[in-house]
Amino acid sequence: MSAIKAKHQRLVLLVIALAALIGAGLLAAWALSKQASYFYVPSDLMAHPPEQGRAVRLGGMVQRGSIKTMPDGVTITFVVGDGKATVPVRYAGITPDLFVEGSGVVAEGRMEGKTFVADNLLAKHDEKYVPREMKDMTEGQAKAVVAETK
Amino acid sequence: MRAGPCPVEKDPKFKNMHGFANPARFLRLARWLMPLLLGVGLVLAFGALAWGLLMVPPDRLMGQTVRILFIHVPCAWLGMAGWTTIAVSSLVELVWRHPLAAIAARAAAVPGAAFTAMCLITGSIWARPTWGTWWVWDGRLTSYLILLFLYFGYIALAGAAQRDAAAGSGASRVTAIFGMVGAINIPIINRSVVWWNSLHQPASITMGKSAIDGTFLWPLLIGALGFSCIFGGVVLARMRTLLADIQAEARLRRKAMA
Repeated sequence: MSAIKAKHQRLVLLVIALAALIGAGLLAAWALSKQASYFYVPSDLMAHPPEQGRAVRLGGMVQRGSIKTMPDGVTITFVVGDGKATVPVRYAGITPDLFVEGSGVVAEGRMEGKTFVADNLLAKHDEKYVPREMKDMTEGQAKAVVAETK
Repeated sequence: MRAGPCPVEKDPKFKNMHGFANPARFLRLARWLMPLLLGVGLVLAFGALAWGLLMVPPDRLMGQTVRILFIHVPCAWLGMAGWTTIAVSSLVELVWRHPLAAIAARAAAVPGAAFTAMCLITGSIWARPTWGTWWVWDGRLTSYLILLFLYFGYIALAGAAQRDAAAGSGASRVTAIFGMVGAINIPIINRSVVWWNSLHQPASITMGKSAIDGTFLWPLLIGALGFSCIFGGVVLARMRTLLADIQAEARLRRKAMA
């Protein structure tokens, strides 16, 4: 029977070691939860405004009807929101294909006054995959299709 | 008990538990299971890819680039399934000293690393047109890149342990411990899009729910099943090779002794 006992001992030891390891890993990941985020959402920026001019990333949804092109034809302004706060953004350059109103965006840049000035835009896709020809398209999806085909 | 010539054969308890540890029995099973898995896997994977690449309509936002989904997602799942195989096999090796478990863990490493690399490459190609960048250091992408590096470390360690095999099984146990410790990265990859703001979108398929329309979902699931069968077939093939290597080495050693 001694062999079976040793086996059980190894199992118990390993389970304890694994539980400790997973606990440590999860604690570390949890502690990183603020630092390891790829971007700030507008309410973060409002609650803890970064220094003016410091390079940060801002992520959120492009508010509907907020994209406006400046008279120079290159600069655009739009508003990024997360449901709790909004931040106006200015950007001059080429936008990614998926940059549409009502969709996600991550802007790299800095705060200048109350405006976020972006050097680069990344489109953030949601987790939904729906074909274009869907008959039961919701209004929002239909708008997105229209915006994309413009 | 240890003094006996072969406790596995004598004690009925051992016989039950170690039935599948018997390499001869495993080889009989693998001989027909391996070609079956590879054949079924290739048919399913190619069928699903043809379906996904040629027949499904474009996505509402992404258009044609959505088709990368059918390669990227199965590769991502199998990259993580590969390390899960390593971790579970390592646990069985450490606790039950199951001889085949060690071989299964080592056999899963290279195909797992290959799928992980394919996931990263296809993801990068997909990110350029959709997000507007090849690579970002967000939680999901970074933790998945770490998975690839863990695979490289595991493969190197397993190789070194194999060369050291004559010195005892201590080196093999170190490899198994590394395989289990590395598994901590799997839940981190899975949760990375929930814990941290990331550019990568959250999971589309969670417990019984899918944000992927059926038009895309079915070729994806069939493709994932096909890729998984191929993965299983490759692991079995590599296990047979590793067993053959061990047998050949043992035979050479016996000859040298004689």
